[in-house]
Amino acid sequence: MPTMPVIETAAPGTQPEYHYPPYVSSILRSPRKPLMMLPHTLTERTGPVFGHGIVAANDSNLTAQHPGQPLGERIIVHGRVLDEDGRPVRDALVEVWQANAAGRYHHRVDQHHAPLDPNFTGCGRMLTDENGCYRFKSIKPGAYPWANHHNAWRPAHIHFSLFGAGILSRLVTQMYFPGDPLQPYDPIFNSIADEKARNRLVSRFDLDATEPGYALAFSFDVVLRGSMKTPFEAAQ
Amino acid sequence: MKLVPTASQTVGPYFRIGLEHLCANPAAKGAKTVTVRGRVLDANREPVPDAMLELWQADLRGQYDSQPESANSRGRAAGFARIATADDGSFAFTAGRPGAVPFDGTRIQAPHIEVLVFARGLLRQLITRMYFPGEEANAADPVLQSLPDDRRATLIARGPSSAAEILEWNIVLQGEDETVFFAW
Repeated sequence: MPTMPVIETAAPGTQPEYHYPPYVSSILRSPRKPLMMLPHTLTERTGPVFGHGIVAANDSNLTAQHPGQPLGERIIVHGRVLDEDGRPVRDALVEVWQANAAGRYHHRVDQHHAPLDPNFTGCGRMLTDENGCYRFKSIKPGAYPWANHHNAWRPAHIHFSLFGAGILSRLVTQMYFPGDPLQPYDPIFNSIADEKARNRLVSRFDLDATEPGYALAFSFDVVLRGSMKTPFEAAQ
Repeated sequence: MKLVPTASQTVGPYFRIGLEHLCANPAAKGAKTVTVRGRVLDANREPVPDAMLELWQADLRGQYDSQPESANSRGRAAGFARIATADDGSFAFTAGRPGAVPFDGTRIQAPHIEVLVFARGLLRQLITRMYFPGEEANAADPVLQSLPDDRRATLIARGPSSAAEILEWNIVLQGEDETVFFAW
């Protein structure tokens, strides 16, 4: 009998609302009719699993995917993926993408007139280990302007995509950097009403995890919805 | 003590950099496949060219491929697919036909595909389902039947019959004919 995630509704303010007018793109793309109740059937309590065949050698080293070194501050980002009971989520697929040090994405739609870096694509992926840990090397992404409002700038961030035990544990989020002065002005960051929940998206500078003479390190733990209780525990 | 789940943030306009590697829609095996075509539309019925769908479905026997040992040499289990919309907001995927799935001890669910919608502008993914037209089991599906009569049709793809090889299904994010999305 496979264990299946038990999912509870999010506490108020800890997740963004779909309709958040300060983030202009949400206005025409957010549903306005009531969301319907979805019983957690077998469909919702299962989800895809991924194996090591999906990850290649340099997928967790974004600085080593081209012949040369990318420009920018080298960083190590690491953390643990946990369920709501604090248990490690093993073999969770973690996908990351980000702008380069100048704040430009390697994407045809990004027209910000900052330089592309021929040695940096800005994407990576990995599976968590038996302790739920992940770790990758990259360069610190730059801030960049966007068209949301006058003089809008996104704070530096790395996009994260994670798969947990079931499809309802699925999470796409963004990791921010400590001490970034742009965070108070960013509608995407501030779409999370609860201040503690919002600040948990800010990584922690981690001196112990730095590589002396080589790279700074930031720590970012992720909690996925659900808990891997056994059916017996769930019935208690 | 319970930990608070990490907050969601939008997938943004540049998700293809990081997520496109899984967008290849592997040809579903076996004769019983269906191709679904549609568009993702906003409140003004403008196409959404930077949306991404993730599909989760059972096989023909109604079983979910959710066991670690089943992730094949390419590293991914069956029953999952990821599709990005094109510049005109369109998407297309070919899937194995799902079977009926248990609901509880006595009732079953009609064949369906669970669909997660991500896009710039969506701070959190949306969850919906696609059902098949002309499928007898729809009339007794506990989820479909729990919906208001005037909104149920938004979850049923259009096509001549349940056996049609090509179906059409649009996802409308907002408006009069807004697709049913679920709280989760």
